[in-house]
Amino acid sequence: MAKPSPHDRKYTKEHEWAKADGAGTITMGITDHAQELLTDVVYVELPAVGRKVTQAQPIAVVESVKSVSDIFAPVSGEVVEVNQALEATPELVNKDAFGEGWIARIRMESPAELDGLMTAEQYEEHIKSNPH
Amino acid sequence: MKKTPLYERHLALGATMTEFGGWAMPVQYTSVIDEHRNTRTLAGLFDVCHMGEIDVRGPQALELLQWVMSRDLARQQIGEMKLSAITTEKGGIIDDVTVYKRGDEQYMVVTNAATREGDLAWILKAKEARGLDKAVVTDCSDTLGKVDIQGPLAQKILEEIVEGDLAALRFYHAMDTRVAGMHALVSRSGYTGEDGFEVYTEAGRIGEIWDLLMSIGDPHGLKPAGLGARDTLRLEAGMMLFGHEMCQTVTPYEVIYGWITDLDKEFIGRDALKKQKEEGVRRKLVGFEIVDRGIARHGYRVLAGGEKIGEVTSGTFSPTLGKAIGLAFVPVQYKEPGTELEVEIRNQRAKAKVVALPFYRRRK
Repeated sequence: MAKPSPHDRKYTKEHEWAKADGAGTITMGITDHAQELLTDVVYVELPAVGRKVTQAQPIAVVESVKSVSDIFAPVSGEVVEVNQALEATPELVNKDAFGEGWIARIRMESPAELDGLMTAEQYEEHIKSNPH
Repeated sequence: MKKTPLYERHLALGATMTEFGGWAMPVQYTSVIDEHRNTRTLAGLFDVCHMGEIDVRGPQALELLQWVMSRDLARQQIGEMKLSAITTEKGGIIDDVTVYKRGDEQYMVVTNAATREGDLAWILKAKEARGLDKAVVTDCSDTLGKVDIQGPLAQKILEEIVEGDLAALRFYHAMDTRVAGMHALVSRSGYTGEDGFEVYTEAGRIGEIWDLLMSIGDPHGLKPAGLGARDTLRLEAGMMLFGHEMCQTVTPYEVIYGWITDLDKEFIGRDALKKQKEEGVRRKLVGFEIVDRGIARHGYRVLAGGEKIGEVTSGTFSPTLGKAIGLAFVPVQYKEPGTELEVEIRNQRAKAKVVALPFYRRRK
């Protein structure tokens, strides 16, 4: 069973989470539900720091043994930091998707985009009605 | 989608299911990596009921098989198993199969799942064309079930329920025996690069063998393994997969099946293959590993000097080696181990190098 989705952040239908850090930036990653579906994350392709990203457009790639999955930016903005630890230990995404398995930090263009994402309750409801 | 006799068991085990060759098959039960490692270190149990079995018997059975198979079966002994290709007139691979000699004038051809019907039609057509009325060809795929038990503890586990001396059974040999009291065919063979066995019995009873192996294997660490692990295990062992490395526009010499192509006898495709052997092939299947970061996948482009020279046929992350490996077709001048190549992964070029096959060899 997936870990409960924390209430301190917002969620996308594509199973990303975004957590406001204050100072106009968010940290993002994929949800525990998403890592359970992927299993065995063996490679994460991180975006370059400084890259401009657009909401709902690809920002990273996560590969399991069997599959290649695009990860989408939960908000538009600029990548200000990436989780370098994933280069050597991609399995952090499986072990701690909501914590040490974070993927990138983005400086938001428009904080309204974050407000428009799903709450933890809405996301849990979403995965209940769309289990895959 | 077709379901194997073990379908309900996979669901009960919580497997993730996928379509493969028209069948609903388990990709993984828990994790591809765990199932892969468990098979390398202890033992894995695989549902392979989706594969095809064609019975060929009668006074002209051997003559028919000799005409259809690239492999010379003239000296095959009863109980011996042979890997062979079936090729077109042009030498293209229709399938790679194993041929069991079960008795005088009695053979079983084991096919891939998706190629079963095509193989059957091809064999029947060859029988007609050669007028081999005394060869009887029967598709037994629906009446036979099959499980593979693979890994260093496979023999120890299977021994508990098999009649006869399993330890004396040699690699690529089979015995007609009883497993859990049921008539079964057991061969020492498989598709993982580990020691192990393929077990055939009637489809209606294969579930009993699965259940027994699961329960007596449990204290030894036996776990079910899905198609995901089957694919990474075979790739590490340098084994090819029909539909990836092979199709009708690929010949045995272009892949690594020269050794199962016996030009000294006549068979469909022999003349074309003889000519190709004399002239030499232009492209060759090679193993490679990624030197940079990234994982190559089926269909990715292989480059040298900035130009596209070939394509990846299979690629994955190797759980045993901890790096990305794959197979690819390249022009022959790039086939030597150590040759530097590049693989295009999402518009970026990753350095790769040709390595000798297999990637993994078990310690004996």
